Amino acid sequence: MILASGFFEDLFRGILQGTPPGAVYALIALGFVLTYKTSGVFNLAFGAQAYISAAMYFKVHSVWGWPKWAALLVSVFVLAPLVGLVLERAIFRHLRTASAVSKLVVTIGLSVALPEIFNWAARFSAVAGRQITGIVPDGAGVYYDPFGVYRFNRDELAMMAVALAGTLLLAALFRFTMMGLSMRAVVESPRMTELSGINANRVSAFAWALSSTFAGMAGVLIAPRFNSLSSGDYFTLVIIAVAAAATGLLISLPRALLGGLGLGWFIAVFNTFLPGLADDHTWLRPFQENLTPSLPFVVLFAILVLWRAVGRQREASDPLAGVDPPPPALAALERHPKLTLFTRLFGVFFVTVVGLVVWFRADVLWMSLVTKAVIIALIYLSVTVITGMGGQISLCQGTFAAIGGFTVFQMADRFNMSVLAAALIGAALAAVVGALLSLPVLRLGGVWLAIATLAFAFFFDAVMVKFSWVGGGSTALLTGTQVPRPLIGPIDFASDRAFLVLAVVALVVVSVVVIQLREGTIGRTLAALRGSEVAAASIGISAARARIVAFAVSAAIAGLGGALLAMHQQNVNYALNFAPIVALFWLVVVVALGSRTVEGAIQAGAAFALFEPLILQGELLGWIVRGEERLPEFFPLSGNWRLILFGLMAMQFARHPEGLVEHGKRRSATRINGWLEAREARA
Amino acid sequence: MSASILELRDVEAGYGPFRALFGVSLAVGAGEAVALVGANGAGKTTLARVASGLLAPSAGSVHIDGSEADQGSLPAWRFVRAGMMHAPEGRSVFATLSVEDNLALSFQRAFGRSGLADGLDRAYELFPRLGERRGQVAGTLSGGEQRMLSLARVLVESPRLLIADELSLGLAPMVVDQVFETLSQIRATGTALLIVEQQVGHALELCDRAAVLEHGLISWQGPTNEAGAALESRLFESRAPH
Ligand SMILES: Nc1ncnc2c1ncn2[C@@H]1O[C@H](COP(=O)(O)OP(=O)(O)OP(=O)(O)O)[C@@H](O)[C@H]1O
Ligand SMILES: [Mg+2]
Repeated sequence: MILASGFFEDLFRGILQGTPPGAVYALIALGFVLTYKTSGVFNLAFGAQAYISAAMYFKVHSVWGWPKWAALLVSVFVLAPLVGLVLERAIFRHLRTASAVSKLVVTIGLSVALPEIFNWAARFSAVAGRQITGIVPDGAGVYYDPFGVYRFNRDELAMMAVALAGTLLLAALFRFTMMGLSMRAVVESPRMTELSGINANRVSAFAWALSSTFAGMAGVLIAPRFNSLSSGDYFTLVIIAVAAAATGLLISLPRALLGGLGLGWFIAVFNTFLPGLADDHTWLRPFQENLTPSLPFVVLFAILVLWRAVGRQREASDPLAGVDPPPPALAALERHPKLTLFTRLFGVFFVTVVGLVVWFRADVLWMSLVTKAVIIALIYLSVTVITGMGGQISLCQGTFAAIGGFTVFQMADRFNMSVLAAALIGAALAAVVGALLSLPVLRLGGVWLAIATLAFAFFFDAVMVKFSWVGGGSTALLTGTQVPRPLIGPIDFASDRAFLVLAVVALVVVSVVVIQLREGTIGRTLAALRGSEVAAASIGISAARARIVAFAVSAAIAGLGGALLAMHQQNVNYALNFAPIVALFWLVVVVALGSRTVEGAIQAGAAFALFEPLILQGELLGWIVRGEERLPEFFPLSGNWRLILFGLMAMQFARHPEGLVEHGKRRSATRINGWLEAREARA
Repeated sequence: MSASILELRDVEAGYGPFRALFGVSLAVGAGEAVALVGANGAGKTTLARVASGLLAPSAGSVHIDGSEADQGSLPAWRFVRAGMMHAPEGRSVFATLSVEDNLALSFQRAFGRSGLADGLDRAYELFPRLGERRGQVAGTLSGGEQRMLSLARVLVESPRLLIADELSLGLAPMVVDQVFETLSQIRATGTALLIVEQQVGHALELCDRAAVLEHGLISWQGPTNEAGAALESRLFESRAPH
């Protein structure tokens, strides 16, 4: 009896404790649903928008010393809608008819770039330990304890009140107003809405202003909970809140509210009881230590995979999509034969010159950069397989690469195995993990697949890496995850030159494999599926097998690349190379530059590895004027510029969803084709 | 010549690099009914899209009431506000909205909040089936019901010009008759018509004038009573090799 009452008291306290974080998730989930409902965008940049307003509030209130109401006005009711309007006008208006997947890529780019742009423009930098004061007076200092088991402070109450009021107001907006109806109509088909006599542009501008304001509000309300403001925290929150939004299929506001609260309760109750259980059952202890931080991601993954309706939800297609021209074919297929010959010759010439220069003149740093570019290009081919050929987005390519890297580390460390053999084992292991992962998630498709793979990446990051049989545990803390260079007979790849050759050979082999795959049955099946799953099924093409193979091959390529990168750097460097956020970068870079071709991946690899050191840090200039003094101060550009440029690239991608390289190629091909044909006509 | 409501002058249009119309001129006067006929792929739908502002012409111009519509960005909603409604080809309902919301979206703008209920009543009177299913999500309606829904929207509003693309496609013969009956009724109220129709007989009966589109060019236009002969020779011609 006593035990039972203790149990219920614990449970009750757990629930109360979980309510404030639940309200946080609910606020974000509501905003996320609002954006999706009114703009059709699965907006991963929602957290970035929330961050901007929170940072602005901090700046205005705490730095400039303005009163709270003024800070709220500026940050939430002026800046936030303004950001929304600019985003709509500059980016999302052009993306209305784009695929959900290209929109996702753009929002990933924005989620990285927006905070950086704001920090730079407002000269803002978060100071650790300087918390934001909430919008209510003495928000963190006054407590209410209605049940005698848990004390709520005013900030928390304000947050819960806004979440509830927001749900009601927004529900009323959608139910009773013309604007609410128009916003839903525009999401499905802007053109049909226009045929009803409604200015679709105005409607979507309003929608973005509204959802951004909500993002800003959420950002400011949540901010007091953080030790210091960081856009990364907001991003992670959004990923978790997707779980709550998913329970309402991204459409239902009340379900998003309940889902958010439920998530908070579940996590709090879990954390209330697990320690006690783990005390009694020792075998639970490692799980308790490692699972707690990753619990939200496990829940997210479970909801996506188990909630059957999520996978079945299909986007309503625009009935007037037929007004758009079809996407053009790959430029290479339409090229004039002479032009093709010329490009090939030029390509060979260019690669030879670069190769010779690097071979004979490069110093250690250069050699290392080029090697890294080659290996990254190899990893990017894994994106070419899954996204370029399969049309699906995986956000856990970094995890597959990490599996390759860690396998090499473990095999060499424990069994003194040859690293090249270990790399193959790593690739095989990654392939198995990829195939297993693909079984539950493939049914999802589209953005849900992307989010499920991201949840997996975060789970790996939070739990698996900490195990000693994966990331090395405490050994790795002391000595790092060291990996030796390979040795084949007399050839010692410890020499940078030899290793570069090895990397190039690997890249060539993988390129050939990818091209073979694309031309073969699997590639054709994937292409058919990308066109229309229903149509493909009606002629007897099965999705499952081809997709599982694509996932496995892609994972294997990433695993091999991860192993090579670990050998190259002689360390796995997980946090630097393979963390989930890095893999997000990868995807955007590849997709923006061109995910459908092998060249696209190679150019993306070069861009990722070489751009910052060469251009931003002035290495290229320094190298050109070699002998003179280096010019490190020549470009006063900080590393943050990489993030901003990266965001700009994502925006550029919005205009050219076939990829920037492909776009450039097509433009020049059209011009030169025309010229060649005109000359032939004259002759 | 009386001022035409809508006039296309030397319009060229297409999709990306592909061109579907090569200099088409066509005018619809107030209260006039024009039938647009032609083989599959001749460019009829493309012409209807240009005429309703969905597709911007790459050359030539579109005139509404004698004044040129803004080139390049021709927002379709301006055409609607000027009294031109387009019932597009194929499925043209909001699949995620209910039947009632589909209609309300249009009617609220046209009739205001107060006229909304009246407009809905008229729509359900026209197509009782829609009344029975007013709460249903439009995406789950049968093909014919969806057609009725998009028709109800334009027929109830009796615009100044109705551009209708393959209205009768997918409807049961009896409903087709009913639709043409309604069309001739709203014609009588002064609505001008531009109809694209495969049911040439029905269309010619309803209209004063016909235009024949072939390979993106208007090859013949004139009064409907002369159209029969012209059409026959052309249909044979287009069946001939090359
Ligand atoms: N979105 C598009 N992209 C590329 N070409 C298109 C597109 N829509 C139509 N076309 C092409 O434009 C041409 C004219 O098409 P349109 O739809 O205007 O023909 P139509 O006369 O309406 O034919 P139907 O009687 O079959 O409806 C056709 O050759 C068609 O293939
Ligand atoms: Mg047509």
